[in-house]
Amino acid sequence: MQRVACAYLVTLLCTAGAALTACHRSEQRQQYGSATVYGTAPAGNHAVAPPAASPADDGNWTMPSKDYAATRFSGLNQINPGNVSKLALSFTFSTATTHGYEAPPLVVNNTMYLITPFPNYLYALDLTKPGAPTKWVFKPKPVAASQGVACCDTVNRGAVYDNGKIFFNTLDGQTIAVDADSGQQVWRTQLGDIQKGETITMAPLVAGGKVLVGNSGGEMGVRGWVAALDEGSGKLAWRAFNTGPDKDVLIGSRFKPFYKSDQGKDLGVKTWPPEAWKIGGGTVWGWLSYDPETKLIYYGVGNPGPWNPDQRPGDNKWTTGVFARDVSTGEAVWFYQTTPHDLFDHDDINEIILADIPWNGQRRPVMFRPARAGFFYVQDRRTGQVLSAAPYGYVNGYRGVDLKTGQIIPNHDKDPKVGRVVRDICPAAPGLKDWNPSAFSPVTGLVYIPHNNLCMDFGAMQANYISGTPYVGADVKMYAGPGGNRGAFTAWDPIHQKKVWEIPEDLPLWSPALVTAGGVVFYGTMDGWFKAVDARTGKQLWQFKAGSGIIGQPISYKGPDGRQYIAFVAGVGGWAGAVVSAKMDTRDPTGALGFVNAVKDLPQKTTAGGMLYVFTLPR
Amino acid sequence: MSSRFRASLALLAVATLALAACDREERHSRAKPMGETVPAGTSPDTIWPGGTVPQTLDPRAKLYDNNAPAISQGQSLYSQMNCGGCHSHGGGGMGPALMDDEWRYGGRIDQIATSIAEGRPNGMPSWRSKLTEDQIWQLAAYVRSMSGQPSKDAVNSRADAMSATAPQTLTPRETVQTSDTAEQ
Repeated sequence: MQRVACAYLVTLLCTAGAALTACHRSEQRQQYGSATVYGTAPAGNHAVAPPAASPADDGNWTMPSKDYAATRFSGLNQINPGNVSKLALSFTFSTATTHGYEAPPLVVNNTMYLITPFPNYLYALDLTKPGAPTKWVFKPKPVAASQGVACCDTVNRGAVYDNGKIFFNTLDGQTIAVDADSGQQVWRTQLGDIQKGETITMAPLVAGGKVLVGNSGGEMGVRGWVAALDEGSGKLAWRAFNTGPDKDVLIGSRFKPFYKSDQGKDLGVKTWPPEAWKIGGGTVWGWLSYDPETKLIYYGVGNPGPWNPDQRPGDNKWTTGVFARDVSTGEAVWFYQTTPHDLFDHDDINEIILADIPWNGQRRPVMFRPARAGFFYVQDRRTGQVLSAAPYGYVNGYRGVDLKTGQIIPNHDKDPKVGRVVRDICPAAPGLKDWNPSAFSPVTGLVYIPHNNLCMDFGAMQANYISGTPYVGADVKMYAGPGGNRGAFTAWDPIHQKKVWEIPEDLPLWSPALVTAGGVVFYGTMDGWFKAVDARTGKQLWQFKAGSGIIGQPISYKGPDGRQYIAFVAGVGGWAGAVVSAKMDTRDPTGALGFVNAVKDLPQKTTAGGMLYVFTLPR
Repeated sequence: MSSRFRASLALLAVATLALAACDREERHSRAKPMGETVPAGTSPDTIWPGGTVPQTLDPRAKLYDNNAPAISQGQSLYSQMNCGGCHSHGGGGMGPALMDDEWRYGGRIDQIATSIAEGRPNGMPSWRSKLTEDQIWQLAAYVRSMSGQPSKDAVNSRADAMSATAPQTLTPRETVQTSDTAEQ
C-alpha cells in the first residue's frame, strides 16, 4: 500500500515536473517494446480537466465518459506500471448476445450494470457476493425489425446512472428509465421511428435534470436530432433538429457562431438543394459533454446523406460540426462546421473532452476533439474558436485547417464524382478515428487516442430515397494506410500538438481507452487482446486474451473490498467487426459499406460472443 | 450456284444446328401469361406434423430461374431498390450475405421471392406493396445468381458496380439450402 502511494506521488511529481530531470525517461524516438516514443511527455503547466465537470473519483463509474468532461480517467491508483502484470481474473459473465459490444460496464454502489447490443438486455450484478451473481435482468423487448435498419451492427454504446435510475436507449428508438435497485421500469418514451430508418445506439447523457438522446440513421436518409427528456417523467422537454429552418434547429437570439461561414438565417435549408434537408442525415449517435458552469451541452453532428456528395450541393448545415446548446431550453449558442459539404462520411460525432489549458500565458477553457477527418482540434468551448488543429495520423483528403477562417482546406484531387472511382482517400469513411473514445489524463496531460489507419477507394453513384432503406450512393473499398498497420494507439500532447508515443496495431482499433491515476492505459484489440501500457512511455506491461475481439470500453472501479478493479466486455462487431458478428462473405470487398475489404482476415482471428471480464490484483 | 457457296451453306447449316443444340435458357416469349398472385406459402421448414406434405415448386419459378432477361432486370432493380445498401454486392452488411451457401429462409427461387414479398422478422422489409409480382420474381432470379445458381450464359458478364466486384460469369456455384440452415 505504501509503495503504491509512493508510486503515485512520483507520478504526480514528474507531472508537476519542475526540475525533475530524472523523470525525463524518454529520449527522442526511443523504442519501448512496440511503442515509438517521440520526445518527452509534457512536464508542468499542462492541461487539466475543469473540476466542476470532473469531480474527484468516488470509485464508481456512473456514465460511459466517466464524467461530464469526458475524461475516461480513473482516479484510482492501486494498479500501477509496477504491479499491473500481476492482474488476475476475478470473475466473468456471459451477456447471451453475439453482436458488437461497444458499451462500458457501469458500477454504482457495489452493483455492476451491463447494457447489451440488441435485444438490449440490462443486467445488474451484485458485486458484494462471490462471483457477482445476477440481481436482476430487465428485457425491454425492442422490435426485431429494427435490426434491419441499423447501419453498422446492432450495437449499444452504454447506459447511464443518475439519482437512483439507469437510463438507456433501445435499437428501436426508445429511451427507458429503470429503477437501479429493483430493476423495475420507471418510464419509457418512444423517440425514433424505424419506418423512417431511425434507430438509437448512443448512450444518453443525463445533465441538468434532462436525459439527452440523439438518433442514428445517417445512412438511411433520416433527419438528425437531439432530444431532451425530463429525467423524472420521461416527457419530451425539447427537440432540436440538425437540419431545416432555424426554428426547428432551435436557433434564436443566443446563437453566436464564431466564424462567418456559420452565420446567416435558415442555413439548414439554404445550404441544401430543395427539400434535401428533410432526408439529409445529421444524426447524433456519438457523445455529449456538459459544462456545469455554463450549463452548455456539446455534441458533434453526423454525416449528411446520401454519401454521394453530388446529390447535395452546398454546405449541408448543420451536419458534420459541433453544437453548443443550453441544456434547459436546447437553444443553440454556437456551431462550428468541421467539414462543410462532407465528402467522405466524416461524421463529427466523436467524444468532446473538456479541459482547461495554458494558452498564450492565460488559462483557457477549451475542448479537445480528435475528429474523424483526422485533425486534433483544440477549441475555445465558450465560442467555438479553433485554437489549433493538427493531424494526428496520415491525412490526404484535406490539406489542413486555416486557423484564420476556421475552414478545413479541401484537397480537390480527392473529390468524389458520380460515375468514377477516386482512389487512395485517407482517412477512409470511418475516419482516422471513429466513435471509440479517447481518454485524457490530467496527470500526464496527454490524450490517449485509439484510432484507425485506413484509406479507401470511393465510387459515387446516384442513390434513390426509399424511406426505411439505405440512402448511401457509394461503392467503397477500404484498406490499410501507409505503414500497413490498420490501427494505432497514440498518446497526444494537446498543447504542443504532437505525438508523444504511438503503438501501431495490425487490426483497426475499435475499442475505447481508459487511463488511470496509477499511470496505466488500457485498451483492447479486435482479435481479443486486452492490453495495459505505461501512460508515459507506451511500453506494454501486460496483456490478456479474451474470448472474442474487444470493441467495448474498459473501466476501473473500487470494489466493496476496497480494491481497484478493471472491467471490460469483449464481443466483436460494430462496423469494423460486422464481418464476424453478421457472418459476412469476405469475397465481396464492398460488404459493410466497404469495411470488409480491410478486415478480410478477421473471421480467422476471432469469433463473436459477449463476455464480461473483471480483473484485480491478488491480495 | 458455285460449289464454294454450297459449302458455305452447308457450314452455316451445321453451325445453326450446333447452336440449336446449345443448352440456353428458355425464353418463354409466347408463354401463356401467369396469374398475378403473391408468391407466398413456400415454407423453408422441413418438418410437417401429421405426415409428409410434398412441397410443390411454384409453377412460375421456371419462367424466371436461369432466365437471362429476368436476371438482368433483377440486377437493375437490385440497385434501384437499394438492396445493395444492406446486402452489398452479395457479401452482406445490414442484411445477410447472398453469395454464400447459407439461407435463413430457403434458397429456392420461390422461397427467395416469398422473402422479398413478405419480408422477414429480423429486419427484411416487405416489398409486396412497392414492387409488382413480375419484379419480385426478377429480383429473386438475380439473387439466385449471386451465389452462382444459373448457367453462365444466363448471367451478365459485366457487374453493375463501378469497382471491386468480379462479373457474375466468374461467380462460383454454391450449394443451395432449401431449408432453414439454423445459421441465424
